[in-house]
Order: sequence, then structure tokens, then C-alpha cells
Amino acid sequence: MTPVELALDTQLVLVLAGVVAAIAAPPRLRSLLAGVLSALLGLAGVLTGAWALAGRHGVVELPTALSLGPVTLDPTPLGGFFMVVAGAVGAVAAVFAIGYASGPAASRTSWVALAVFLGAMQLVPAAGDLVSFLLMWELMALASTVLVLTEHAGRAEVRTAALWYAAMTHLSFVLVLLGFTVLAHAGGGIDWASMSRVDPTSRTAAVAFLLLVAGFATKAGVVPVHVWLPRAHPAAPSHVSAVMSAAMVKMGVYGVLLVSIRLMPGGPAWWGAVVVGLGAVSAVYGILQASVASDLKRLLGYSTTENIGLIFLALGTALILRAHQVSAAGDAALLACLLLVASHAAFKATLFLGAGSVLHATGERDLDRMGGLVSRLPVTATAFGIGALGAAALPVTAGFVAEWTLLQAVIHGGRPHDRMVAVTMPIAVSVVALTAGLALVTFVKAYGIAFLARARSDGAAQAHEASPSMRAAMLIAACVVLILGLVPGALAQAAARAVGLPAGSAVTQVGFTHLGARLEPLAVLVLVGVMVTAVALIAKAAARKVPRREVELAWGGGGVRASARMQYTATSYAEPLTRVFDDALRPERDVVVTHAGESRYLVERVQFHQHVVDLVEDRMYRPMLTLVERLGVAGRRLQNGSIHRYLAYSFFALVVVLVVVAL
Amino acid sequence: MNGSVGVNVSAATFATSQVLVLVVLSPLLIGLMRTVRARLEGRVGGGVLQPWRDLRKLLLKEPLQAQGRSWWAMAGPVLLVSSSLALCALTPLLGTVTFPSLPDDLFVVVSILLLGSVALALVGLDAGTAFGGMGSSRHMMISALVEPTVLLSVYALSIPVGSSVLSRIVEARLDDPASVLSPVSLLALLALTIAVVAETGRLPVDNPATHLELTMVHEAMVLESSGRDLAWLEVGSWLRLGVLLGLVSTLLVPWGVATDLTAAGMLVAVLALVAKLAVAATALATVEVALAKVRLFRVPELMAGSFVLAFLAVTASYLVVQG
Repeated sequence: MTPVELALDTQLVLVLAGVVAAIAAPPRLRSLLAGVLSALLGLAGVLTGAWALAGRHGVVELPTALSLGPVTLDPTPLGGFFMVVAGAVGAVAAVFAIGYASGPAASRTSWVALAVFLGAMQLVPAAGDLVSFLLMWELMALASTVLVLTEHAGRAEVRTAALWYAAMTHLSFVLVLLGFTVLAHAGGGIDWASMSRVDPTSRTAAVAFLLLVAGFATKAGVVPVHVWLPRAHPAAPSHVSAVMSAAMVKMGVYGVLLVSIRLMPGGPAWWGAVVVGLGAVSAVYGILQASVASDLKRLLGYSTTENIGLIFLALGTALILRAHQVSAAGDAALLACLLLVASHAAFKATLFLGAGSVLHATGERDLDRMGGLVSRLPVTATAFGIGALGAAALPVTAGFVAEWTLLQAVIHGGRPHDRMVAVTMPIAVSVVALTAGLALVTFVKAYGIAFLARARSDGAAQAHEASPSMRAAMLIAACVVLILGLVPGALAQAAARAVGLPAGSAVTQVGFTHLGARLEPLAVLVLVGVMVTAVALIAKAAARKVPRREVELAWGGGGVRASARMQYTATSYAEPLTRVFDDALRPERDVVVTHAGESRYLVERVQFHQHVVDLVEDRMYRPMLTLVERLGVAGRRLQNGSIHRYLAYSFFALVVVLVVVAL
Repeated sequence: MNGSVGVNVSAATFATSQVLVLVVLSPLLIGLMRTVRARLEGRVGGGVLQPWRDLRKLLLKEPLQAQGRSWWAMAGPVLLVSSSLALCALTPLLGTVTFPSLPDDLFVVVSILLLGSVALALVGLDAGTAFGGMGSSRHMMISALVEPTVLLSVYALSIPVGSSVLSRIVEARLDDPASVLSPVSLLALLALTIAVVAETGRLPVDNPATHLELTMVHEAMVLESSGRDLAWLEVGSWLRLGVLLGLVSTLLVPWGVATDLTAAGMLVAVLALVAKLAVAATALATVEVALAKVRLFRVPELMAGSFVLAFLAVTASYLVVQG
């Protein structure tokens, strides 16, 4: 038995153990036991993935009652990379859940679903053939639907969200199933090897590619099939949102990589253009919606759409550049894709766990009612701040390294070999730049409004720091963001191995010798650190002479300190952006002016109401849903309960059958 | 090995002298701009040295802090100055010799610039007043819209060179002076100038001399800071202006920048930088006299215009290379 096989078996055992513990343990110990087992399950996933990345092999076959044969688990280096990501996120989230889960989230159902969800998710990339892949994929979808439903009893919007999620996730399943069926038919087998015999330039391959990309994009939350994402994330418990956002959507990315890099490498350039198009639209739309959102978890959900957009953009760029034999830049773009996957997993897990801690402490998801949490929740504030730095792609975090790599790839792909390259690259740079700018506003808003200034509600004023397991989970996730940002070389080497590229990076740096570009974040840290130390020393010397003094009113102007409600809120912070992008966001505004009785020049009260809706949902899905509903209502008229009418139906049906037979 | 030590030593020399020169010059630059403006408006003005005197006064004063402010009120200003100082060390204003482990890559430079913007915006928010939040929100909106222009215009300049390292771009311009006047270069520099004006809060985007809170951007954010906190915020912003003006003028007129470390070369480089900055500051101040601040919601139009210029520059660079 090889180490990989042992680790795979361990995972299966741990899933079972987790399920048993969730069902059998007494309520007091349930969260602790099931949480520890789920965390171990995640660690086993990380270990399996790491061994698979190192090139170790191992096959585990599980006999099933299916006529299609056993479930085969056979992780490759590419799968291994995604197993590490999924396992690490799962482990951190499970540790967080030990302290966080309460009420319905600590129930038997919820813990069972979490163990199954984590297990299935980290085995999706390990699947060795189509049936195993689809089985794990569906198991992951079902378990996550149960988890989204956790709080259905208390909140009505949870039920709607779960319905949207279930519908979209099954749309994704159907599309993926169709796509693989086409591919399996053309290749003559359901194992990956026979499917990879399909000629990527053939028309069958094109059909399969489009179906599969559509299916995987739905799972990944790409515009316009992202609608489930901003609903499901606020509905699910925070540790579940963290896993879904940081790891589960990445399985969609794994799917596209599986199809375009492993099964059908060397596809035509328009494949890349399709992926770039999806990515560019998602990145800009996602961050635009995130920048004006004031529900913290909804904001993070939209930001996931943005990041998945960037990942797709990187992948599509790689496909285009490879199709045009610009291999050095193409390799860099592919590497950027995987770096973005890992960095997004790290910082989004941190941010969602941080949001969970804030929700736990204040009972608020609405940024407009937070404030001043930096002194009451110091650990959460630190972790969330590091995560926000990562999401805004600032040094020295993982997000910065990933975005730097993407921009290097795009800039060096700029040698005009082809019109498509010459058109795509500038657009890609503009999209990345605009997204980066808006991400900055979004996360300055999220951090600044929630953690700085004065409390805007009683909940925020009486907040308390999270329990030890929650704090530990947040800090671990935040440390990963920093470590991947400071010594990104190891990750870059692992990513290069996952997609079979030569490793060009040392441990402390990401570098591309062919492009003459390198990045050593430690050097950036040293430079900024030297400056900070120098300035801080001067400030300290000055402070010894004239210390800082705290006063009730520093620059009161009007005399009394204005109420905390007079501060800028998240909504007012985003107001300039809402106005600038008015045409793209189309917020619903409603101003009601009540006049005093005698004169219309005297105003008694002004009410202002503004609501930003998801335009895609409003313009694309609503009409479709209305149509379906109307058809349903019309269908009801056929069946009004009258026995005469049913007899008439049977009679006419018989006549039609006889006529058809006679002809 | 010896060679790499030599490169590091000369890179460190250049970085240190850039920091020193800019720390000395930036307040004088502000003083010069205020004096030029005052003279053109028929006033006497405070003199070129006035910003230095203000700075000394602020550093010696007691900082007051409203109750309920967090440690960020103290840390934010320090971070802003540090990021500006790091920018001074990185950008190739005196010499194009860089640390092998820390090339002045465009994206690194922009990200350090943004780090300063974020520090300033959070200081504004931390004040917990309506004006602080207002300034911060406007400042971040402008930053978000400026970033695409900055990246795209330097991207246009980097395509012919094949590198995103600013020193390589400056060196390429020194080797081939004709490239400075190419359409790509002119379009990109025009776009970059507009972006720099917006990012440093000059007219017509923001009025640095305003006393009307409702129109403030930068001033609204620093309204609640005092003493050395305010001093750091001011120096940080002045340094940013100095570096960015220096970068634009170096890209436009690359002559004088040293490509290796010699005493004579350094002297020429410092004198050239002083001259370039003085000319740029005088020009900027003169133009500002004739300009009025535009409405906040007209600023995006300005930024969209500069973005189009930068995009044209990129497109042109493809055409030129292809042709």
C-alpha cells in the first residue's frame, strides 16, 4: 500500500467516523468531536494532495452496487493541487465551527452534512474516472444544499436561497453530465484516458467543451450563472460559506482545467477567448456589485465572483497564448491561474471566518450597523485586515503575488503575433486594473466601516471577542495569506508541477527567466519595514517630548460630539461609485417628500430609499421564471376537477390514437 | 559575486540619495508652487520655505485625539509616510541601477502607492465624523478610477521595451531619444499626467487650498488629525507629489539620469532632477491658476478621458511595432 492509498483510505474512514460522531455523540461533545474529525479529514486531504503533487501514485477502488463499476480514486498532480486547497480550507473551517456552531448549525444533520461535504469535495479532484467524478460531484452538491438550508426554520430568505442554489447546482450537474457524455461517446470510454483521445479541433470536442465550460462555470459562480452565489453565502452558516466560497467554487475551475489542459490540450484559440470573455465580465460585474453591497457576506460573495473571473481570465489568456505558441507568457498565465486559486482560497476563507466572528459577536451582517470593532475584537480585526489586504491585492500578501504574476503574463504576451492576442491583452490589462481599483474601495469600505470609527448600533457597541477555536482558525488562515505572500516560491513550484511546467522559482521568489521578471516580496517587506522603523523612531522620540493627549472633542467645531449615526456608513461610502456606475448598476431610488399642510415650500419629512438589485437576475432570470409560472397557471386550466371533462379528454385521446393508427 | 555586491552598493546609494533629495525638496516644491500661485494672483505668499516652517511647528506640537479613535490614528500617518519614502527609494529618479532582488517593477511601485492611499483613507474613516468618511469615500473613488489609467499608460510604454521595470523603460528612452516623441509615448504621458494630477489631489480634481468642507477630498480626511500626525500626513502627500511629478518628468525628459554610479554622474543627476521638478512644479502651478475645481461627479469623465488616451497609446504601440 503506497502512502497515497493509505491517505485516501484514511479520508474515507474519517468521513465515516465524522458521520458516526455527529450522530452518536452527546450534544455537549458533538461539536468538539465532529469538528476535530472533520479537521483531521481536511488534513488527510492536504497530505494526499501533497503526495500526489510530489508525483506519488496510488489507486483506491471502492466496490459499489452500480452497474458502471467501482469508484476509482487516482489523484494526479493537478488534482493533488486542488485537494490541498480544498483540504486546507476544510480543516480551518472545521476548527472554526467547533466554537462557532450553535443552534441548528450544531445539529446532527448539519455535522453529518459537513463531514460528507468536506469528504466529497476533496475527493472530486481525486476521481480517476467519469463515474467517480460525477458521484463525488453530486454528493458535494447535495451535502452543500443541506448545509445552506441549516437555518431554514428561523429565516425565510434561507429557503429561497437554498431553492436557487439547488436549481443552479443541478443545472451545473446536467450540463457537465451532457458534456462528458458527448466526450465519452467520441472517445469510446468513460475513463479519462479514452476521453483524452478526442481530437480537440473536431466539432464534437467544441460541443463538449462549450457544455462543460457552461456547467463548470455555473458551479464556479461566473456571470451570468452566478445568481445563486450572493444568495447562498449570506444564508449559510459562516464556516460553510467559507468552504463554499474558498474551496467549492474552485472545483469548477478544476473542471475547466481538467478539460482544457489534461483531457484536450491544444484546443483552438477561441476556447481561450470564450474563457477570457466569461472571466472579464465576471470580474468587473462581481466587483462592481461587491463595491456597493452593504451586507458583509453578500459583499464577500460578489467578490468571489470577481476572483473567479480573474482566475478564468488567467486561464483563458493561457489558452490563447499557448494556441499562438507564446509559450513563456502562456506558462506564466497558467501559473497565475493556480496562484490565484490558492491565494483566493486563503484570503476568502479568512474573510468569511472573520465575517462569521463579527456576526457571532454583534448579530449583524449589515455593515451600516457596525463600527469600532477594532478595539473590541482585536484578533478578528487583525485577521480580517490581513484577508482584506489579500483581497485588495496589496503587498505583502498572497493576492498581490498572484495578481503580479497575471499582469506579468499579460504584459509579456503583448508581442503581437496575432490580431486576437493584440486585442485580448490590452483588454485583459484594463479589466485587471479596473478590478484591482474597485477591489481596493470595496475592502477599504468593508474594513474601515466595520472595524474603525464609532459603533453604529448597540450590537456593535457590546461586541465580545470570539472563542479560542474561532480565533485560532482565523489566525491560521491569516498567517497562510501572509506566508504565501512572503515566500511564494514554494507554492509557485508546486503549481508549476501541478500543470507540468518547469519550475522557475526559488523558495523566496516568483521569477520568470524567459520574461526577465521576478518578484521577491521579502525585499519589498524589508524596504517598507526600514522606512516604517525610521519614521516610527522619530515619532517615538517626538512622543517622549510631547505626548499624545486624548480629549472628548478634538475638533468639535459645533461644540457637541455628533451622534454616531452621523458617520459615513457603507452605503454612503459607496454612494459616489453608485452614481458613477449608475448605468451599469441601475439602483432603484425612491424619494418621498411630505409637505407641511399649507405650503409646498415647507417640507415636513423626506424619505430616501435606495436598493441595488442584481441586474442579471432581474433582466434574465425573472422573465424566465415569470414565463414558467404563467405556463403552470395556464396548465391548471386543463385540470378543473370536472369528471365530464376528463371523460372527454379520454374520448378525444382515443379518437386521435385510432385516427393515427388508421392512417 | 563581487559584481552583485557592487550593484547592491550602487543601488543602495541611489536609493538613499533619492530619499534624501526628495525629503529635502518636496516641501520646497510645495512652497514653490504656492509662491508661484500667489505671485500670479498678485499676492506675496509665504515664501518657498514656509512648508518647512509649518512642518517644524507641527512636529513639535501636541497631537490631540478624540475619544474612541483607535491606534490607527497613530499608525496610519506613519504608514503613509513610509510608503511615500519607499516610493522615493524605488522610482528611478537619479539613477537606473536597481537592487537585483527588488527591481522597480511598475506593479510593485503602484501597489506601494496604493498602500499609502489606503492608509490615508482609513485615517479619514477612523475619525468617526461625517467629513472624514466623506473625504475617504471620494478619495477611494478617485483612486479606483485612476488605477486603470496608470497601469495602462505604463503598459503602453513597456510594450516597446518588453519589460515592466521602470528603470529599463527610462534606459531605453536614454538609448533612443526619438522614442520620447513617438505618438505612443506622448499619448501615454498625457494620460499619466492627468492620472498623477488626480492621484495627488491637485486642481481640477481637488483643491489643496480649499476651506470649504463640502468640496474637500484630501483636506476632509486629515481634518481630525493634529500635531505630528498631521505633519506625517502632509509630508507623505508632499512626497507622493514629488515622486510622481519626478517620474513623469523623467519619462518625458530622461536626460540627466545616471546609468551607473559616479560622483559626477550623481551631481548631474541631482541638478537635473531639481531643474525638472522646478519646471514641472512651476508649470503645474501656473496651469492651476487658470483652472477651477470641477464638480466631483465630473471627475469620472476626466478619468474616462485619460483612460481612453492610455488605451489609444496601447493600441498605437501595437500598430507601431507591427508596422
